[in-house]
Amino acid sequence: MGSITSPIREPLVTGNKTYHQITEDICAPTERAPSLSWTIAFTIANVLLGVFTFTSVWTVYFGIGTWDLNRTVGWGWDITNFVWWIGIGHAGTLISAILLLFRQKWRTGVNRAAEAMTIFAVAVAGQFPLIHMGRAWLAFFIFPYPNTRGPLWVNFNSPLLWDVFAISTYATVSILFWYVGLIPDLATVRDRASGFRKKIYSFVSFGWTGSAKHWQRWESLSLVLAGLATPLVLSVHTIVSFDFATSVIPGWHTTIFPPYFVAGAIFSGFAMVLTLMIITRHVLNLKDYITIAHIESMNKVILLTGTMVGIAYLTEMFVAWYSGYIYEQFAFYNRALGPYWFAYFAMMACNLISPQIFWWKKMRRNIYVTFIISIFVNIGMWYERFVIIATTLARDFLPSSWSLYTPTWVEVGIFVGSLGMFFTLFLVFVRVAPVVAIAEIKHILKTSGDQYLEEKKEYVKKQQFTEKE
Amino acid sequence: MANKKDVLFGLYDDEEILVDAVKEAKNQKFDIMDVFTPFPVHGLDPALGLSESRLHVAGFVFGLLGALTAFGFMTWINVVDWPIIIGGKPYWAVPAFIPITFELTVLFSAVGMVIVFYTICGLAPTGNTKVLDNRITDDKFCLAFDVTQMDESEKMELEKFFGNTGASEINTKTL
Repeated sequence: MGSITSPIREPLVTGNKTYHQITEDICAPTERAPSLSWTIAFTIANVLLGVFTFTSVWTVYFGIGTWDLNRTVGWGWDITNFVWWIGIGHAGTLISAILLLFRQKWRTGVNRAAEAMTIFAVAVAGQFPLIHMGRAWLAFFIFPYPNTRGPLWVNFNSPLLWDVFAISTYATVSILFWYVGLIPDLATVRDRASGFRKKIYSFVSFGWTGSAKHWQRWESLSLVLAGLATPLVLSVHTIVSFDFATSVIPGWHTTIFPPYFVAGAIFSGFAMVLTLMIITRHVLNLKDYITIAHIESMNKVILLTGTMVGIAYLTEMFVAWYSGYIYEQFAFYNRALGPYWFAYFAMMACNLISPQIFWWKKMRRNIYVTFIISIFVNIGMWYERFVIIATTLARDFLPSSWSLYTPTWVEVGIFVGSLGMFFTLFLVFVRVAPVVAIAEIKHILKTSGDQYLEEKKEYVKKQQFTEKE
Repeated sequence: MANKKDVLFGLYDDEEILVDAVKEAKNQKFDIMDVFTPFPVHGLDPALGLSESRLHVAGFVFGLLGALTAFGFMTWINVVDWPIIIGGKPYWAVPAFIPITFELTVLFSAVGMVIVFYTICGLAPTGNTKVLDNRITDDKFCLAFDVTQMDESEKMELEKFFGNTGASEINTKTL
């Protein structure tokens, strides 16, 4: 292959792999019996999923009064969790779509798992508005369907309705994008399997053969889907931020919200990708495919988006002061020094300060530091949403309706349980499908495999030597 | 299947050898049935003489359909079917329609294009798979000829071609 990769680029596939070894390494986790660590993790995730089911049913049965929401705080942990999960669900499409358009080869190591994570995070996020409706069985009322009440239509001027369209579109397009990419790899698993497994994989791989024309269309489709998904991913969190920004609540009614939310979404999404990938590469032994170079690249994104989010926090503060509008000023004073000061402090410490450690290359390339920071970021981003939602609502225009809000065991259970739902889905995924895009790794092997880069280094050295003579 | 095909195919160990073989086959005016690879090989399409995919046209058409559907539907509801003043805005509140119009453009385009892709490639979850060799999705690169109508001498010639272009294996299979 006429490769044009610079020899100073770091290899993205290490261990002197051949095409066949790549297939072996990546298919192996789907073919062996589950390991003990997987079984333990799966059991815990299932217990938490049970907690989620129980608390959700409890909520639907007794009503959302069980959450102790009050007159002013109508959105508590529930919407915080919703925005948090939706944010996490942004990294997958970012990695697979935007990095595909930018021709970043390191995306191939992590895109498959990141996309899966996206889909699961969006699925989990979708549960929160659903149970928050109270009468979850009437959820279809949010869609504009011809009904016998007039027909009475939904309000197309409302950002909450835009959100319905944005999130359902995002979920659909993410699933399509992910599955189209998965088909050739499922075919690889199919061709290695036998018996009943072969039958199942024959169905799910849609009869893929690897024909040249199919590959051409597949690449064309991936590229156009990436082109569509790029503005889509930016629009989704923009619209989520409209839920707040188009209201007239001081602290929410700001034009900075869309870019700030999008940066925050990418930030939290990458943190979750790192958390998952560091565990996955270790447990499934994929260190040759998800290398330190991959982790370093993602840490750079964390540093960039974390700093962007930090600047947004500071800009909000400045604008509140500069606006001369006392209610806006109070909203921000209250955020930092009011009853929820600890949440604000956690947000600042985790999101703005902790990622700054990644200015040092040694830290970016350190697995342990990366893992700890990724957890910090996950926590920090949850607090960010809590700060935006709860602190703002707890201090209303009328001091007589000021209140404090603390979650009940039901809400805590739903949140902890949602982690269970997410990890259950992810753990099933790593057992049944290749976690790394096999075909795409093979595609970049000759430009980014360590043995080929080494060859090129030798070649360049020789060239320089002859030039000197 | 209606017509059974006899396929003579060679397996190559590397995509560079395969592309050279395809070029050689084109030179010798052999009628290539298909080429199967474990991953998209760049440089193969021009060698095979495949024209660029027009799938993106489908994407555009479906996207346009989505945009018109969304915008038209919202206009009809808010202007004709049930006009209602919301937040002091006009009935035909165009800026407020933009987000949903955009989302449905993307949705229609993506769904439509994926359906077209599966349809024209003949991919469906039917469970029957016609694979020449199980290693094609692993590390073998396959060049296949349809030899149903050929006599022995022509087959011999193809086998010689495979030998000369560095195929590691030559097999036949009826699909």
